[in-house]
Amino acid sequence: MKADVDAKPIGRNGAAIANGDVMLSVANVSLSFGGVQAIRDVSFDIRKGEIRAIIGPNGAGKTSMLNVINGFYHPQKGTISFKGRVRRAMRPYIAASQGIARTFQNVALFKGMSTLDNIMTGRTLKMRKGILQQALYWGFSRREEIAHRRAVEEIIDFLEIQHIRKTPVGKLPYGLQKRVELGRALATEPELLLLDEPMAGMNLEEKQDMSRFILTVRDTFNTTIALIEHDMGVVMDLSDRVVVLDYGRKIADGTPAEVQADKAVIDAYLGIPH
Amino acid sequence: MSTSQAVGDSVSEALGRLDTAPKLLVRNAGTFGTRPAIRHKDFGIWQTWTWVQFRDLVMTFAIGLRKLGFARGDTIAIIGDNRPKLYATFAAAQSLGGVAVPIYQDSVADEMAYVLAHAEVRFAVVQNQEQVDKLIAISEHLPKLERVIYEEERGLTAYDHTRLSAFETVLDLGRKEMASNPGAPGWWQDEVAQGKGSDVSVMLYTSGTTGRPKGVMLTHDNIVISARNGNAFDHFTPDDTLIAYLPMAWVGDHIFSYGQTLAGGLCLACPEGPETVTDDRREIAPTYFFAPPRVFENMLTQIRVRMEDAGRTKKAMFDYFLKVASRCGERILDGKPVSLKDRLLYRLGDILVYAPLRNRMGLSRLRVGYTAGEAIGPELFRFFRALGINLKQLYGQTEASVYITLQPDGEVFAETVGKPGPGVEIKISEGGEVLYKSPGVFLKYYKNDAATAETKTADGWVRTGDAGFLDSHGHLKIIDRAKDVGRLNSGALFAPKYLENRIKFYPEVREAVAFGHGRDYVTMFINIDLVSVGSWAERNNVSYASYQELAAHPRVYEIVAGRLEEINRSLADEPQMAASQIHRFLILFKELDADDGEMTRTQKVRRAFIADRYGPLIKALYDGSQTASMSAEVTFEDGRKGVLTGEVRVADLKTYPAAAGAMREAAE
Repeated sequence: MKADVDAKPIGRNGAAIANGDVMLSVANVSLSFGGVQAIRDVSFDIRKGEIRAIIGPNGAGKTSMLNVINGFYHPQKGTISFKGRVRRAMRPYIAASQGIARTFQNVALFKGMSTLDNIMTGRTLKMRKGILQQALYWGFSRREEIAHRRAVEEIIDFLEIQHIRKTPVGKLPYGLQKRVELGRALATEPELLLLDEPMAGMNLEEKQDMSRFILTVRDTFNTTIALIEHDMGVVMDLSDRVVVLDYGRKIADGTPAEVQADKAVIDAYLGIPH
Repeated sequence: MSTSQAVGDSVSEALGRLDTAPKLLVRNAGTFGTRPAIRHKDFGIWQTWTWVQFRDLVMTFAIGLRKLGFARGDTIAIIGDNRPKLYATFAAAQSLGGVAVPIYQDSVADEMAYVLAHAEVRFAVVQNQEQVDKLIAISEHLPKLERVIYEEERGLTAYDHTRLSAFETVLDLGRKEMASNPGAPGWWQDEVAQGKGSDVSVMLYTSGTTGRPKGVMLTHDNIVISARNGNAFDHFTPDDTLIAYLPMAWVGDHIFSYGQTLAGGLCLACPEGPETVTDDRREIAPTYFFAPPRVFENMLTQIRVRMEDAGRTKKAMFDYFLKVASRCGERILDGKPVSLKDRLLYRLGDILVYAPLRNRMGLSRLRVGYTAGEAIGPELFRFFRALGINLKQLYGQTEASVYITLQPDGEVFAETVGKPGPGVEIKISEGGEVLYKSPGVFLKYYKNDAATAETKTADGWVRTGDAGFLDSHGHLKIIDRAKDVGRLNSGALFAPKYLENRIKFYPEVREAVAFGHGRDYVTMFINIDLVSVGSWAERNNVSYASYQELAAHPRVYEIVAGRLEEINRSLADEPQMAASQIHRFLILFKELDADDGEMTRTQKVRRAFIADRYGPLIKALYDGSQTASMSAEVTFEDGRKGVLTGEVRVADLKTYPAAAGAMREAAE
């Protein structure tokens, strides 16, 4: 929309971001499942405060890459360092407690639970009291619960989903479920947010909303965001830098304009025989 | 807080006559002090401002505004959903001698640009990023707009703030000033005291069924006296609560939510957002509620749809007790004699059906409910009254500060809109148009003396533009817009809205447009209600992919034809209306929409526009053809345009001879 273009704040995609500190760096990572090479010798970095897109044709290894970053897969070769520290034997829950949150390609929510409760699960890592004390719901654990509820309500307000606060998420349309999932990821107060196809299956209006939320998350909380997305319009508009994978290899890395002009990328998308 | 409490007491004596809204606010802070003034559901919890807190909010914001350069006589635009801070903006601006210009929050940027430029707005206070984006998009055409103040900071932190401020920042300006300058509250009180009843307090732009919107200038006297009259008429006290959910730019909300709460110390509840109104209304259970007929129609449709899906016992219970209610509910509400058996049955029905229904609709504590804006279907109206809901009608206009006629308790008739309100005089012109004089009569249209002269006669009467008459009880009956009332070629009266309202009572029909002026017979366009017909389709295994497909379905045509023939039969019994029976109709392939200019923002059909746009279809209604096709441009919600093409079937209807009506009745 015209209004969006005009309202684009000055300084976004600016030089400050390009020179920001490296938050996560992936160096010479390879991952294989038996004989299948999912990722071959890929290196790139994600800088603090940027929106980094990972794109590529189907089967290029994008989701595998996210799974490596949040510790679900363990690369056979290469190193990953997060906030300057090289990590070993990563597990998803450790990644989460270090400040990495993610959403999934196929929404992974608790279908029978309400929006509120789903987002509340994102606060689990922040809960300080054990199950017993929480069950008693008295004194500190009560105050703690109230504080968490406040945090969740702020997210509900932020994502404009007040009207579905108490609706079981299984009943919600897909676009709203995606929004709830983003809410749950935000509830962990992440430093790095991994979004696996946040706009898949959405109509234009929902995509616009989601884009607005992603930008606002970055601008308000200075959260670093890495996203996989197939809608090239969205990728080119939103992201500061793009890394392109094809058959597990990195074929390009740079600003949206550079990537769009890259011959290898055009070939990968239009298809040339291998 | 304690210092400001003292401020309130000393000031209310110094104010003299309480003839402006800000003076009433200061009075309330002194008189009602810690009682709730306004509530807002935020972060899932109802947050409350007492009268003292609300007055302090207004004072702080006003001082902040002054620091930004807001001066006496300036106009300030207010755009957004019903929020305490936006209501506070009205009072803050008025306390400094400014004029508030609320604008419909769902207007597109171009519509806003016209009003903002016409009203020469210097400041705008808006709700959120959406509104800020609209203003930025049109800001180059608005050289006079100096500063935009926004309430919700989400998404706006990275914007260029040279002409932009957060509401909180302006409050901070006010707080700092008050901290460094102890005279600031006193200065503010002097500003409040300078206000006069004859000052213009607000300009409300009427959506207008034709042409550009006109800015109706209302004075503090208009608002304050009308609000007091309204409160006295229904005996409202500070114990009453109402919910603010209708646009703040609409005169009704301004009088009820702003004027009447200030004049009577009522408590105002602001819902979380437009989608949560129903739930929030249930939680608050207002004692005073206003809704246009459309809202009541939706409630009834929802109830019916749910009852269709309910279990057999529940449905049987609902049907039985609804019959009891329609037999004696209204008489019990009006305090008329009812047989003991019916009284007991009604009591039982109240426990089993009516009370749960009222609770579901959030009307369980309701003392007074009003509907206006359009005529309400008599069946719809009686349905709610039969459930024990004291629903009444009023008839009003922006130019009258709402109140022209109201229905007193115990004198409620579905077909009429009540007696002249306190201080209102009514007369009917020779052409059948209703004219009035009242304390609420507007000053003039802003920068439009020609329109003012057209509406306001030299001796102070105001034309309503509506045709009607006073019946034998002294109650006003409105038939239609004066300019819309036409004649068939036979010379018989043709009142389109009267016919449309009849058919719109049926849950299947969302909107209707009747044609007949200067024609041989009456025809109609129909818009089906997607919720209701969609639910029917689901239950009857009728599959459809779009509104267009469902609208064209032969069985849907059958249903609508059946409804229209029922109306024809009853029209045949009314001597004046027998000639207006509907001969042919068609179901439109798209919903009439304000974004396409087919309806006003208050959801009234724009007759002339539709007649022009759908010319080929109207032609088909009168040339006997069985189908017609045409394409129409549609505007999507994101502002893009597309073209919708459709073929529409034209169906014929049975009509009944006028005399046969009476005979059939005798035979039955």
